[in-house]
Parts: sequence; structure tokens; C-alpha cells
Amino acid sequence: MNSPPVDHIKRTRDQYAALGYAPYAWVKETQPPPFVELPKPLSECRLGLVSSGGVYRSGQVAFHYKDDISLRVIDSATKAGELRATHFAYDLTDARRDPNVVLPLAALNALVAQGELGELSKNAYTFMGGIYSARKVREQIAPELAQRFVRDEVDVVLLVPV
Amino acid sequence: MTSAHSITASVNPPRAAFLDFPLGHTAGRPNDLAEQIEIIRAALAVFATSGRGEITALPFEWNADHSWKAKVMAGAAASGETGDDRVERFSEPQYQSAADAAIADPECASCIWLAAP
Repeated sequence: MNSPPVDHIKRTRDQYAALGYAPYAWVKETQPPPFVELPKPLSECRLGLVSSGGVYRSGQVAFHYKDDISLRVIDSATKAGELRATHFAYDLTDARRDPNVVLPLAALNALVAQGELGELSKNAYTFMGGIYSARKVREQIAPELAQRFVRDEVDVVLLVPV
Repeated sequence: MTSAHSITASVNPPRAAFLDFPLGHTAGRPNDLAEQIEIIRAALAVFATSGRGEITALPFEWNADHSWKAKVMAGAAASGETGDDRVERFSEPQYQSAADAAIADPECASCIWLAAP
């Protein structure tokens, strides 16, 4: 069947109004986005991965919930059993059951093994996306990730926001 | 990838693959690697097929009758009476388990601190 997507902007606006909060200022980008054609077939590409689902590896410092703008480097060969999820604004039940629902390492590694994707970059990056300051994301997190993906010599990047 | 169509449309990225699943499942449902692979394969295909600024819907359904969507909206309406459904925004690390807190390395060479921790 077809049904319209849940309007999460409206949902959040209604929720904030019900709680007596001021409306959240959503990022609204009206210029046409930058666009680069895929330079070569996926079977020859090295793919970088970033997720905002609050995933960390056991042994790493966990994220906190107050505009935490730190990142974690996760080796893309890490097994799901070593990965954890922490976030204040989504239901963590399934991410804790199987972190692949927000950091799809198993599927990407399978596609590499099948020859459909050239390579998964050794470094995957994670952060806890419940950051209310769009400015901090734009001025600190995004440039840091862009630099690291250049250094990691990836051809394409898959962003998995939550 | 995105499960929040309206937010992604507002951000307006170069290209996007939309999976119409409840939040917290941007890359699939838990412990179903076969479907996760299908979803990621379909999402990666969008790299080659998308035009500038397009959001491509992926052909997967969370359940047949889409009843989860009404529950998500009902939860928002109820939150004014029952309190916020989000967790308090603690400024200390929030570990999944006490065991993780005990073994965490505060030096954490694989942590990137963009501001004082």
C-alpha cells in the first residue's frame, strides 16, 4: 500500500507546542545542492560511512546528551556484539538489539564480499545526532568529517542519520 | 539515507534514499541481514541513478498496513499531557551498561573531541 511519510517536522512542532516550548528552527536549504556524478562503478568505489545514531564501541567513551559534538572512529570490521547505542531522542531498543539498523556494517561488508561494492573504508564515523545547534554541526562536525573522508581517500560517502 | 522525509527535504542534500520505516531503523530492521543487504543495495544504487536534489523512495514496507504511522503521530499529541518522551539531556557520558562505563578508556585514542569533553 501507499501512505504519505510521517511528517517529523510537523510532529516535532506539535510536540513542542504541547510542551510549551518555542518552535525549533529547522534548517531550510533553498539553494540547489552541490552535485557530483558517481565517478566510477560502485564495484570500484571505496565507501565512507557516517551515522548519527549514537553508536560507540565497548571500551570507548560513550556520548553524552547535551550537544555532544564529539565523534567516534569505528573500525568497519567491528562485530555488532562490540557496538553500543546511546541517544536521548529515539527508541534505542532495536539499535541495541542489532546496531546494524543505524550503522549498516554487516550489509556493507556483505556487498563488498559479493563484489558489488569495491571497498568499505577502514574508518566509519559516528556521533550522537541530538545536537540542537545547527551551527556547531555545520562549522565543526561537517568540516572535520569532510577532511577525514578526504584523508581516507573515499570515493563516496553514505550518511545514515537517525 | 533517511527515514525522515520532511527533514531531509528541508536540508536538501545532493541525493537521498528514503526508507519509510519508524525512526531508529534508517538502515533496516534488527536481525534481518538479508533484508538489510537488500535495503543497502537499493540505497547504494541511488548514487548512480539520482539526479541533483532528488529523494528516491526505496521499495520496502515496515508492515503491510502502515499502522505504525498513526501511533507515531498519536504519541506526539499525547506528550503534552504525559510529559516529554525524550530522555533528560545529561552532560555526562551515557553508557549502555555499567560494564561499558567500567572499561571505558578516558584517553580514548579513537574519540575525536571537537570541543572540551
